[in-house]
Amino acid sequence: MSTAPTTTAAVRVTGVDKTFETRSGVVHALQGIDLEVAAGEFVSLIGPSGCGKSTLMRLIADLDEPTAGTVEVNGTSAAQARKDQAYGIAFQQAGLLPWRTVAANVALPMELHGPSGAARRERVADLLEMVGLSDFADRYPDQLSGGMQQRVAIARSLAEKPSILLMDEPFGALDEMTREKMQTDLVRICAETGAAVAFVTHSIPEAVFLSDRVVVMSPRPGRIQEIVPIEVGADAARDDHLREESVFFEHVTAVREALHGGSAASTARGVETR
Amino acid sequence: MSVATLSPRGETTVRIVAPVTVGLLVLGIWQFLVTVVGVSDYLLPSPASIVEELVAFWPSIVSATVITGTNALIGLVVGTVLGVGLAALAARWRAVDDMSAPIVAALAVIPIVALAPVLNSMFGADSQFGRQAIAALASFVPVFINTLRGFRQTLPVHRDLMRAYAASGGQVFRTVTLPTALPFVLTGIRIASSLAVISALVAEYFGGPRGGLGGLISTSAASSAYARAWAYVVASIALGLLFYLVTLGIERLVLRRIPTGGAR
Repeated sequence: MSTAPTTTAAVRVTGVDKTFETRSGVVHALQGIDLEVAAGEFVSLIGPSGCGKSTLMRLIADLDEPTAGTVEVNGTSAAQARKDQAYGIAFQQAGLLPWRTVAANVALPMELHGPSGAARRERVADLLEMVGLSDFADRYPDQLSGGMQQRVAIARSLAEKPSILLMDEPFGALDEMTREKMQTDLVRICAETGAAVAFVTHSIPEAVFLSDRVVVMSPRPGRIQEIVPIEVGADAARDDHLREESVFFEHVTAVREALHGGSAASTARGVETR
Repeated sequence: MSVATLSPRGETTVRIVAPVTVGLLVLGIWQFLVTVVGVSDYLLPSPASIVEELVAFWPSIVSATVITGTNALIGLVVGTVLGVGLAALAARWRAVDDMSAPIVAALAVIPIVALAPVLNSMFGADSQFGRQAIAALASFVPVFINTLRGFRQTLPVHRDLMRAYAASGGQVFRTVTLPTALPFVLTGIRIASSLAVISALVAEYFGGPRGGLGGLISTSAASSAYARAWAYVVASIALGLLFYLVTLGIERLVLRRIPTGGAR
């Protein structure tokens, strides 16, 4: 890997280990992670609970620091990228401030750094339009459904037009119908903004529907098991029709096999030794 | 009669009418005991005679209420400022918390009014300062304890979010920590408001300048003007209620404007 790449990857993770000291000993959350997300690329991280996918996301966001290895975001260190506000972030919990209106929640990052006055108001209006919540600007979060709250959180994460979006199971707490609607919306929003996305999920169809590549991880210690490219064909749009295409199911099967491959193999070995 | 079957409006009426009825009934029995049964005025002055004294000494009662109320208010404000300020420091720096914890615990268990004679002699018998200091000390404790708890309620997701925004310490405090703590701060102030009035009033029993409600209650009782003493007691109750209701009103007003509805 060249030290001075000609095109800067959105995210470059090199040889990352992460261990946590707990009372019952050292936990290896991540081991030997190498991953690159190109500019504008949509990459999902999928794996069973405890595979470290959320930890990896937190390392990219510089919410935690790797024990070994380096994380580069937009060609700078993760810490510098965080200070530069290179990424927008959304969590499983919407994490809205309940004492602020929807509009004020979306405006929060811009209040901390960024445009003020008319420019800010205009941006908030645009963002609420984008997530279809223009009529709810003056409501408070507790007056919204879970799906609407999550849409506000996504609008907030896009506030400063980041070139990278980090999303940690943002649709994890939503019902299936809302979830599919949000996925379709997210595909549209990403196409509009051209942002690279690192998306943590534990839903196989969700990962396949959204991603250019699906990174399949295995637990204890968290490792990248396989990276499944999702090629839906140049002419096939990522819309609700895709969910019924055979190519979609083929990829779902491929990801499922990659996910179960590791455990199936170890079970097989277990059977052999018996 | 079944209250459960009443309409919401009927329920509200009952909620207001019931205690008023009980109050009037008690006053009636009280008056009856004194005038008809003949309980001596020395033991129990009648409500009518207390009202008479209330009217006769109205200017003195008003000025006494203002003096005690001012002491309590100054104490409440100073205690609140100190409580919130120190809680902010304790929430920020563990060492401050460790240092202040035993002092606050000590303040919480000693009857602060017991300091009145000491403070009176420290600051001179003609100064209101001792009483204000006692009211401030009494207010400080609940404000500090509640505020510190409030400062620790910040949700992990909000903390992560503010870190992701690379927000400065001041920005985090202003946008997340303080609003999260606000309901706790207001509850602390509401509890402190009653304590401030009680402390300012009782502190007057231990010497210092006359003229406040506490001083006049003890003077009246000492000169066997029992009905007048009771009139000052009525004014004290009104003052305490005023402080409580005003702080409760502020709490309700702020919390209605700022929905804090649970963790999200």
